[in-house]
Amino acid sequence: MNLLHLDLRVQRGDNFSLKLSCELSSTGVTALYGPSGSGKTTVLSCVNGLLNPDAGSRIALAEEVWFGNGTCTPPWRRGVGTVFQDARLFPHLSVDGNLSYAERRQFRAPPYSREQVEQWLDLHALLNHFPHQLSAGQAQRVAIGRALLSGPRLLALDEPLANLDRAARQPILGALQHIARESEVPILYVSHEIEEVTRLADDLLLLRAGTLEAHGPLLELCGRLDTALSEEEQAAAVLEGEVTEHEAEFGLSTLTIDGQVLYLAADNNPEGLRRRVRIPARDVSICRSRPTDSSILNILPATLVEMAPSGGAHMLLRLRLTEQHLLARITRKSAAQLQLVPGDQVFAQVKSAALLPGDRL
Amino acid sequence: MDEALLTVIWVTLKLAGVTTFWLLLLGTPLAWWLSRQHSRFGAAIEAVVALPLVLPPTVLGFYLLIAMAPDAALGQTWERLSGERLAFSFPALVIGSVLYSLPFVVQPLQAAFSQLPKPLLEAAATLGANPIDQFRSVVLPLTRRSFVLAGSLGFAHTVGEFGVVLMIGGNIPGETQVLSTALYDRVESLQFDQAHQMAAGLVVFSLVLLYALYRSNGWRLSR
Repeated sequence: MNLLHLDLRVQRGDNFSLKLSCELSSTGVTALYGPSGSGKTTVLSCVNGLLNPDAGSRIALAEEVWFGNGTCTPPWRRGVGTVFQDARLFPHLSVDGNLSYAERRQFRAPPYSREQVEQWLDLHALLNHFPHQLSAGQAQRVAIGRALLSGPRLLALDEPLANLDRAARQPILGALQHIARESEVPILYVSHEIEEVTRLADDLLLLRAGTLEAHGPLLELCGRLDTALSEEEQAAAVLEGEVTEHEAEFGLSTLTIDGQVLYLAADNNPEGLRRRVRIPARDVSICRSRPTDSSILNILPATLVEMAPSGGAHMLLRLRLTEQHLLARITRKSAAQLQLVPGDQVFAQVKSAALLPGDRL
Repeated sequence: MDEALLTVIWVTLKLAGVTTFWLLLLGTPLAWWLSRQHSRFGAAIEAVVALPLVLPPTVLGFYLLIAMAPDAALGQTWERLSGERLAFSFPALVIGSVLYSLPFVVQPLQAAFSQLPKPLLEAAATLGANPIDQFRSVVLPLTRRSFVLAGSLGFAHTVGEFGVVLMIGGNIPGETQVLSTALYDRVESLQFDQAHQMAAGLVVFSLVLLYALYRSNGWRLSR
């Protein structure tokens, strides 16, 4: 089901132009990902109404036209709860006052209570503080809570973690994962940090220089060879699996992906939980036959689907397990020696796989 | 204090109060508009608003007197609408005072509005606040001090005006005679005791008001 229809044209001087059309899903998290200057924030500002695109553009939420055909709905009638890079809390109001400000102007009654919002974001202890007494991370938590309490039809987050240090990001990312699952509000998330995107997003819009490079489910896009995500060193597949077993003796846990078992450093997730794992392409190598004397634990049979050159000396390979895909980055020389062609059955040796941190449980 | 003096004080306070009311009512949207635009036309309006700061009040008074004459457009329109003559009346004083004190209200408000962070208003808009709501719930609370300052300056400056009031008010006791013109009268007729009372009263009033303003500003800076 599609919620948001975008057909945008924005021309700003000679330096910047944006041209894209797409339809965003009405559920889950859609990430807008791309380098700085690619137009992510411009898209978001067109959605919340703070920026009007050029004539001929069209923005519509389900059947309701926000921009186009002579209509232009102002921001205060769109119900797009927005969290900016800077928290933008009202300095004359306490945290409690900031939350109530949004609550009094609610666009619609949200399917969650104020109590829940305060709990998700751990705001109880902050209610009587004023914005100038808060750390950047605390302020951003309040801003997210405020946007949620406005009863939004869509929650738009514009690089909400960009101004925070690494330590402050983790708990907020965890809370956002939780909110994405519990709040039933669709989320549009702008970021240029691949880690945030792979943890949160269900769908991905890849922007480059004001155009849409690719659009689709995150797991699928991460397995493709022809997008900015697969460039050079950063190429990595994201797979989803179920925590199956803990081998306390060796400090390992297993994750079952497409019926195959992957060993990971032990974590304390309960068995049966679905988790994402990120496997960098440079940590995956290929064998024609199953090695029997390797120190590498994770050896997965796979089908070679696709190959593409990556940099001068390397090839990037896409390997299918059963449904999900792995990426492997090997030298062109190895590929030639192994005489690899699409369709081959191979064994992928996975040197390391990092479980993407989950939310608080 | 004799009754004549009380009447003069009453007319003065009434004029300053009514004038301040209109100053804030008209000056606020004007200052808002001026703070949001940077056109040549805007600069021209700013210059006109600031004119009373440099013009001799008698110049303004002279032109107003001509405009308010019963055969002039403003005077005629007023007489048709209200049935009374405009020149040498209390409403004429209010009109003159509003024009004369306008920069004292518009300038502090304009400065406050242009320092107001636009991102806060954008945040308010995405939370469902329309422009009037934004003004009431964000702009007003954040610029409250500037409103107090603008109102006080407008009030004090109206109490202290002389030239315009003399030209268009006619110095009629009980109607258009205010402290500054009454003082001039007493001096003319050599009633120095009463003149002393009025002059000293005005000095003390102005000093107390300005002191209170500076104090509250200093308190804000040191906080």
